[in-house]
Amino acid sequence: MFYREAGDFKTSYQDDNQTFPIKFDRYRYYFVLFVAFAIIPFIINDYWANAVFLPFLIYAIAAIGLNILTGYCGQVSLGTGGFMAVGGYAIYKFMTAFPDVNVFFHVILAGLVTAFVGVLFGLPSLRIKGFYLAVATLAAQFFLVWLFNRVPWFYNYSASGQITAPERTVFSNPVTGANSEPWMVYLFCLVFLVMLTLVARNLTRGALGRSWMAIRDMDIAAEIIGVNPLKAKLTAFAVSSFYVGVAGALYFSVYLGAAETEAFGITKSFNILFMIIIGGLGSIFGSFAGAAFLVLLPVVLKNVLVAWLGWPTDLAAHLEFLIVGGLIITFLILEPHGLAQLWRVTKEKLRLWPFPY
Amino acid sequence: MLDQEQGYVTADGRQIGGTVMDMRNITLRFGGVTAIKDISFDIREGEIRAIIGPNGAGKSSMLNVISGFYVPQEGEVYFRGQKRAPMRPYEVARQGIARTFQNIALFEGMSVLDNVMTGRLTQMKAGILSQALWRGKAEKEEVENREICEKVIDFLEIQHIRKTPVARLPYGLKKRVELARALASEPKLLLLDEPMAGMNVEEKEDMSRFILDVNDEFGTTIALIEHDMGVVMDLSDRVVVMDYGRKIGDGTPDEVRNNQEVIDAYLGVSHD
Amino acid sequence: MPEQLVFAMEVFLNGLMAGVLYALVALGFVLIYKASGIFNYAQGVMALFSAMTLVGIMEGQVPFSHLINAILGTSVHHFGWHLPAALAILVTMGVMVLLAWLVQVVIFRHLVNQEPIILFMATIGLAYFLEGLGDLMWGSDIKKLDVGLPQGINLWIDETTFNIFDYGFFIDNLDIVATIIAALLVGVLVAFSQYTKQGRAMRAVADDHQAALSVGVSLSFIWVMVWSVAGFVALVAGIMWGAKSGVQFSLSLIALKALPVLMLGGFTSIPGAIVGGLIIGVGEKLFEFAIGPIIGGATENWFAYVLALVFLVFRPQGLFGDKIIERV
Repeated sequence: MFYREAGDFKTSYQDDNQTFPIKFDRYRYYFVLFVAFAIIPFIINDYWANAVFLPFLIYAIAAIGLNILTGYCGQVSLGTGGFMAVGGYAIYKFMTAFPDVNVFFHVILAGLVTAFVGVLFGLPSLRIKGFYLAVATLAAQFFLVWLFNRVPWFYNYSASGQITAPERTVFSNPVTGANSEPWMVYLFCLVFLVMLTLVARNLTRGALGRSWMAIRDMDIAAEIIGVNPLKAKLTAFAVSSFYVGVAGALYFSVYLGAAETEAFGITKSFNILFMIIIGGLGSIFGSFAGAAFLVLLPVVLKNVLVAWLGWPTDLAAHLEFLIVGGLIITFLILEPHGLAQLWRVTKEKLRLWPFPY
Repeated sequence: MLDQEQGYVTADGRQIGGTVMDMRNITLRFGGVTAIKDISFDIREGEIRAIIGPNGAGKSSMLNVISGFYVPQEGEVYFRGQKRAPMRPYEVARQGIARTFQNIALFEGMSVLDNVMTGRLTQMKAGILSQALWRGKAEKEEVENREICEKVIDFLEIQHIRKTPVARLPYGLKKRVELARALASEPKLLLLDEPMAGMNVEEKEDMSRFILDVNDEFGTTIALIEHDMGVVMDLSDRVVVMDYGRKIGDGTPDEVRNNQEVIDAYLGVSHD
Repeated sequence: MPEQLVFAMEVFLNGLMAGVLYALVALGFVLIYKASGIFNYAQGVMALFSAMTLVGIMEGQVPFSHLINAILGTSVHHFGWHLPAALAILVTMGVMVLLAWLVQVVIFRHLVNQEPIILFMATIGLAYFLEGLGDLMWGSDIKKLDVGLPQGINLWIDETTFNIFDYGFFIDNLDIVATIIAALLVGVLVAFSQYTKQGRAMRAVADDHQAALSVGVSLSFIWVMVWSVAGFVALVAGIMWGAKSGVQFSLSLIALKALPVLMLGGFTSIPGAIVGGLIIGVGEKLFEFAIGPIIGGATENWFAYVLALVFLVFRPQGLFGDKIIERV
């Protein structure tokens, strides 16, 4: 009864283009933003930040990025881990080379560097499609990880091969290094997530988004009706890699603090791919849902099985594989459009409630 | 013979202009198979030109050559007086050639409105930064192009399904949406590949009315492939007949109807 | 003969052997893809799972022992028997057939008309699931696999090459056996697909599901059969690799290596899988030998993929794959 559109007519195309045409949705969105910005920073602590919120924010950014490439533009990529590595190592080099520049700009610069690398590795997509492209992105994944492992310039010739984030501040509060407070780090990542989500929303609902989806749905027909496939695919790679690079930069600098190339391996690529499959391909909400799900699952499992039931941790890890794999298959069979579709269907039903149809 | 450059007015008052598309000595091969053998014909501005022939004659291939998807091994294509340089299909589309497809090629992941809006992609020029911020040029363009698309949607009477995902639509409506997408780009030349395929009498009448209206109201030049002889004879100004990759007839519907070679091709007289 | 060239020859031979093993895994992919259009990412994990099951059965391990112990608080680990290798292999094969049937019934029957990318992602899910299941059943520690295959340096080759080149080639007996077995297996598979009724039915299904149905071929049966054969191939690959370097997680990464093999050889060609495997095997080892020391080593991690990538750009369908003709 409360989720209604009756009486809410749109009188201009501008209004029709809104993200949340239903008032209730809009208020819900403002409420979430309010909680995120005004409430959580005051109650967050180290554990919650490190186990739940930070990974969620960071993976959500990466998931949106991969969703743009794979979900909206249809170019399957298994190289997400490698591109996150580009972001991580790029920001490391920037931070150490230009210590006076605010780390905020370094994150953006790292994203731009990753975008450039993404375009390079995206060039083969003009000739290669489908699985073949997926396998080609593996070349990017393995090569990039090897590169950052073997070429000492990337880790500033340190003996251990590890990169460590030096302390940097924003508005005099440290966001990296040992002195950073959880609420500051959280807000830093949140700001990036909100900005990037808005941009993603704008891009996907406009002309560029339509050209991406046209390529995804029927690339030959798309070209015949006037879509330039080179421009569409390469912009998808560029934008997607920018997001993944930002995620990688944040992952290293504010979340891990210190990293080796193992942190960016192929498991990472699969994790993020699973997030967008479970969450919903071609949906920004889906990216959030998938990221939340895959961040919370191991936390829940660990708390239930290990802390509560007393099972050994490796057992919990094995079960996690089992459950994730099983869920992927279940979702693909029952709802290939993921949690986002389930959510949409729920909303449709809510619109009609209490009537059945 | 009519002067190629001079136009004329038809019996029902439509203005037909000079040549807009000229195919000269087109030959198209796929490995060992020659799909089109040395075919020449032209399409005049404002006319409705039908391309007919038995199955396998090479009609769809010819349409693909016109829209730039296939490049003929021999021959030249002249569009609006200019010889076509080697170019990609999307550049051909930019010149003002739009088409529908034999087996519907809609974007199944999008709604009707979004599909029609993709027809405007050649005209939307706002840069990525403007789109990312949804300010200025991008927002203005979006609204302007939406208005054009809505006119097309009104014209084809599909307002009630504009937000429906096309995957859910029945066959007849999908064909109409495809036509809308092609029309949205305001083409100089519209290519229709079997627009009536799979339709019943009522749907055919609707589609015929739309095609005639498009030609009448917007003056769009139309080339269509069609099997239904009744439709062809009623709608078209001139007809090209193909058989086994060769042209066997070219003229008004009446001229072609009485051509012995055409009759033979359709009745299945064996060729040597 | 110059020393470098002799070393190179040894590397080349070892590369050929590695290539044969890659080809073996790639074969499993080709079979499933040919018959069902599904690209089975789980092939590598199937190799791992089958090897783990084999070891578990041979050693008389209790399946799910960790889980049972955690729930019931018991401490069981082994039944106490040891099965001879041949019998254990038969039992494991039975398990793989059961797995093939389950996979078909539970998963792919419900995904019949979906797009290829969805099917591919389902196999990724299957890979994760099988990995978790394998670890849960048999534990994730490294296991030693010994089915009685000869191992260690082949002394005859060592002596002979020493007499000719003044340098004894190190060729492992296991690799020689693996090559022979793989070659046999390939021969059997090719014969099967060309000359038997079931093989013909499989090829019909690969070409056109609807048409195959209309001439009375049971899709379900063919798919279970194909997955079983792929399971068998996975088992052989698992035994070979497992005997070489122990049964552990990294075995599943071999599947990833098989991907560039397929890209080179085309997804639908059995000879292509073999040629592709050999090219990758030799290419990898020679590249590492010649150029590896200059740029830091460990190039085997990525060389195969980059080689395949470059190759694909010039020939998107691979060496033997069907040429892709775009139609509108």
